[in-house]
Amino acid sequence: MKYSIFSLARAALSGHKTWQRTWRDASPKDRYDVVIVGGGGHGLATAWFLASEYGIRNVAVLEKGWIGSGNAGRNTTIIRSNYGLPGNTGFYELSMKLWERMEQDLNYNTMVSQRGVINLYHSDAQRDAYARRGNTMRINGIDAELLDLAAVRKMMPFLNFDNARFPVQGGLLQRRGGTARHDAVVWGYAHAASALGVDIIQNCEVSGFVRDANGKVTGVETSRGTIGAGKVGMAVAGSSSRVAAMAGLRLPIESHVLQAFVSEAIKPLIPGVMTFGAGHFYVSQSDKGGLVFGGDIDGYNSYAQRGNLPVMEDVCEGGMALMPMIGRVRLLRQWGGIMDMSMDGSPIIDKTPVDGLYLNAGWCYGGFKATPGSGFVFAHLLARDEPHKEAARFRLDRFRRGAMIDEKGVGAQPNLH
Amino acid sequence: MRIVCPFCGERELGEFTYLGDAKPVRPAAGASQDEVFDYVYLRDNVAGGTSEYWYHGGGCRAWLKITRNTLTHEISSVDPAAGVGAAKAGA
Repeated sequence: MKYSIFSLARAALSGHKTWQRTWRDASPKDRYDVVIVGGGGHGLATAWFLASEYGIRNVAVLEKGWIGSGNAGRNTTIIRSNYGLPGNTGFYELSMKLWERMEQDLNYNTMVSQRGVINLYHSDAQRDAYARRGNTMRINGIDAELLDLAAVRKMMPFLNFDNARFPVQGGLLQRRGGTARHDAVVWGYAHAASALGVDIIQNCEVSGFVRDANGKVTGVETSRGTIGAGKVGMAVAGSSSRVAAMAGLRLPIESHVLQAFVSEAIKPLIPGVMTFGAGHFYVSQSDKGGLVFGGDIDGYNSYAQRGNLPVMEDVCEGGMALMPMIGRVRLLRQWGGIMDMSMDGSPIIDKTPVDGLYLNAGWCYGGFKATPGSGFVFAHLLARDEPHKEAARFRLDRFRRGAMIDEKGVGAQPNLH
Repeated sequence: MRIVCPFCGERELGEFTYLGDAKPVRPAAGASQDEVFDYVYLRDNVAGGTSEYWYHGGGCRAWLKITRNTLTHEISSVDPAAGVGAAKAGA
């Protein structure tokens, strides 16, 4: 179905009892041209771009749970393209441009809100680093503004400007950054991809790969039977190592838990997304009023989808250092999502050494903002068998070649790059 | 998650630092590029029972070898890593 002001009015007049399923709950066919393992944002975006951009519509997306049950439903919803390293700058801006036209492309309200992202700085060195990053962005045609203390005070008068240890000196602002509704993003892609013929198959867990005599992947074994495939693309976030192991691959990836938090709803306070550059704390306010925030990973390998208290304490300390008044706000809920931490903190989008198997992994902290860009370049790789030019540096062999992309010096173990 | 240090008793997680998988063995000086690459970058990234090194920096400062389930965070054994480390170094 197509959403419009008229469909909304019609449904309103009939008491909102006439809405239909937004995507078909498909049963698996015997064979597809492309099978995407993983029905998260990246997998669904890949399927949508395969169908809409590259004309490949005989596609299935296999999801072991239900759409939105994984990291797509447990992230902090931030979108931005404020990256400074070659490889990242172009890719995240490609993604940002796709965010800006997503609602029109998908005919779905994903609540993209360009309310601005500001990274605060607290020292001269940090200001210089942000100035350099901002300049890199502007050279590449991306918006960036370096704000001084007065400008930050005007924008966010509630910050603790008298913090002796980490005084706020200014910030790097990207006005086009902001937030989007994470659940709506997966629903929107599912809605639009399904309308073009993509089969979205939920409750379908992949348990192995079907290989021919030459070792080429020709299908997948699943909890709903064997499904043949011309090509198989993996987009399984925290489970990349586990799924790759079924094809005999070891990856430069560790799985770690990253927690996210939401407070009770309060009146509008925080104008956009704000990061505390001295620690690792970032926060925005949802349209319902809750403060949505997060910080570091828990620091040890985990598949448990739940975190531990020390990081919760650390994150709340970061928030309190910046905004002492939020100490009176109650924490409403908390999640732990499982991240692929790649060894340089950057993604991997490439063919694997196994013929017919393609990899989209290693998103670390930042998979959500990449969702449309990731889908676009992964669909390009699957359709054309060569990397998209904006993802050409995200190769699997870059660790062996020494061509790491360590934007922030964070990966599973920062001492390794 | 709390860890029962063999020297200090049960302590909260914040006192400990994780080093990583205890399985990879540092290659010898003359090892090939592939062996070094494998050691530095590739991971088994086990879902389930695995053994790993932790450092009790907020307590006795001992290195520990811990057997833990990465799916449940359940810890089944905690031992001093000294013996293991010496064996690895060929001492």
